[in-house]
Amino acid sequence: MTDTAQTPEQDERVKEISSFRKALIRPELGGICGTVIVFLFFAIFAGNSGMFNSQGVLNWSTVSAQFMIIAVGACLLMIAGEFDLSVGSMIGFAGMMIAIFSVSLGWPVWLAIILAFLICMSIGALNGYIVIKTGLPSFIVTLAFLFILRGFTIFIPQQLENRTIIGGIADAAEGDWLAPLFGGQVGGWFFEFLGERGLIEVFERGTRAGEPVVDGIPMLIIWALVLVAFGHFLLTRTQFGNWIFAAGGDAEAARNSGVPVNAVKIKMFIMTAFCATVFATCQVMEFGSAAADRGILKEFEAIIAVVIGGALLTGGYGSVIGAALGALIFGVVQQGLFFTGVESSLFRVFLGVILLLAVILNTYIRRLITGER
Amino acid sequence: MTSEHAPIIEMRNIEKHFGSVIALAGVSVDVFPGECHCLLGDNGAGKSTFIKTMSGVHKPTAGEIMFEGKPMHFADPRDAISAGIATVHQHLAMIPLMSVSRNFFMGNEPVKKVGPLKLFDHDYANNVTMEEMRKMGINLRGPDQAVGTLSGGERQTVAIARAVHFGAKVLILDEPTSALGVRQTANVLATIDKVRKQGIAVVFITHNVRHALAVGDRFTVLNRGKTLGTAQRGQITPEELQDMMAGGQEMVALEGSLGGTV
Ligand SMILES: Nc1ncnc2c1ncn2[C@@H]1O[C@H](COP(=O)(O)OP(=O)(O)OP(=O)(O)O)[C@@H](O)[C@H]1O
Ligand SMILES: [Mg+2]
Repeated sequence: MTDTAQTPEQDERVKEISSFRKALIRPELGGICGTVIVFLFFAIFAGNSGMFNSQGVLNWSTVSAQFMIIAVGACLLMIAGEFDLSVGSMIGFAGMMIAIFSVSLGWPVWLAIILAFLICMSIGALNGYIVIKTGLPSFIVTLAFLFILRGFTIFIPQQLENRTIIGGIADAAEGDWLAPLFGGQVGGWFFEFLGERGLIEVFERGTRAGEPVVDGIPMLIIWALVLVAFGHFLLTRTQFGNWIFAAGGDAEAARNSGVPVNAVKIKMFIMTAFCATVFATCQVMEFGSAAADRGILKEFEAIIAVVIGGALLTGGYGSVIGAALGALIFGVVQQGLFFTGVESSLFRVFLGVILLLAVILNTYIRRLITGER
Repeated sequence: MTSEHAPIIEMRNIEKHFGSVIALAGVSVDVFPGECHCLLGDNGAGKSTFIKTMSGVHKPTAGEIMFEGKPMHFADPRDAISAGIATVHQHLAMIPLMSVSRNFFMGNEPVKKVGPLKLFDHDYANNVTMEEMRKMGINLRGPDQAVGTLSGGERQTVAIARAVHFGAKVLILDEPTSALGVRQTANVLATIDKVRKQGIAVVFITHNVRHALAVGDRFTVLNRGKTLGTAQRGQITPEELQDMMAGGQEMVALEGSLGGTV
């Protein structure tokens, strides 16, 4: 029984698809279109408001980078088929742990940071373990941790210090070797160089006259870029990435095919906790303080960025690059409306519209790719 | 064939209870290398449950599994797959959202080492997938096509090709031909015959007596969680086999009652 009519390279039952269309049909398309629309919008309405000068760019880049850091964790976890609603509370909790260890207890900042990471990643693992062992939806389990962690974040500093904001971290971090990894800046020389050449603005008077207004890229942005690159690489290029897709696509089928589904899911909960702690550490180093109300609603913002980026809420499908674009849209819109001077409540309206459009487009694309009905 | 070889896998008095349901009440089956052992029986007889204990999906409630002469305790399907036991499950274990080649190698991804990194070797995966599917008589549009866009039979063929590719010692097929066209069915039966000749043990579940007789060396009939018996090829007529598959006596009783009333 031989096939004569068909060769694998040319199947008469497939229409020729132009390479342009092929390149277009990808999970990130919704995110790409959203990004283009948002930048066009602000180029028109806020073009000369300072949004696109060096300070303005740094402003919305920093905010977008914050969203990106938690979106990477949320994205990988969502593709693995789970949610973590405790991200926002964990941001508050991690920051408070750093403040308590370094300020209240007077321990070195590097130790405080490492302990915060260990504690939060253990809590992430616990979240995952409970989800796996009980079979409850992660939605419920992590909702419980949303309250538990927020409760501790308020309770502990109140017991120890009689207040819910702890400052003085900047002083404590002076000369610390680990703190600059989260609170520092890089590339200062490059901005000085640009400033000297008159390529970016410099201060005109005051003690810093002649210095560029932007004196470096915050480590926060570096973290965001590194995490996005890592997440994208992990997901698309490694064996583990295939397991993430499989675990979220159909846990039972994946297990029967030899994928260690439980381990994959628990690791992704740990990854999410790691991202939340990076966020918290950068924030604490930037503000020099920890407050009990930090991080509220961040879990939803992360999930929205991920969904704008083309991930399927039920798991098994998505893209880290898409999630990063979702975070960029989020940051640009939030800061951009501030630049245009529009009522900040409109931020929500605009975001809602973008979310809806992106998700409709994403769903359409996904059906094209996966044959879902 | 039976005396000179030792069985590669020997299941002794396997019991499996799901809460109060007794799905398997002591089933013993052994499979020899190079043999195609057909498991037959009614719906709900316990065939799928039985092969799932063999492939590490279920832990038996009681009973022993001997693999290559040694007691074996599979903690999960991964253990069974590493031991060389590959399975086509009745529900296929395919993920519709993922591409054919990602599905094909799910759990057994080919890795390419680049320094300390272990990368998924997509080129190798794509080539092997296309090649194995071609051998089964199906030309894929492309290895990156999502499984969700395949027809039921095409999906089943991917699952079979995958199991054949990874089933180094034992190949378990749970109703693999239920959705297949004539040409693909012939292909699957020919493939069973081919791998059997290579010394692989095949466990083949089917409701089709002709398919069973075409490739089977021995036939074990399950009924309500128990074995009705095992027959060698040539010791049993198709009619007898068909009767046993339908539950033997119950079929007769049913005919009797129908005849009596209608
Ligand atoms: N996970 C489970 N929980 C409870 N009962 C189960 C479970 N799996 C199987 N059973 C029961 O065990 C019995 C045997 O089921 P099984 O799937 O093994 O049958 P089968 O022989 O493969 O049938 P079919 O020919 O329809 O595929 C059935 O009565 C079924 O209801
Ligand atoms: Mg079955």
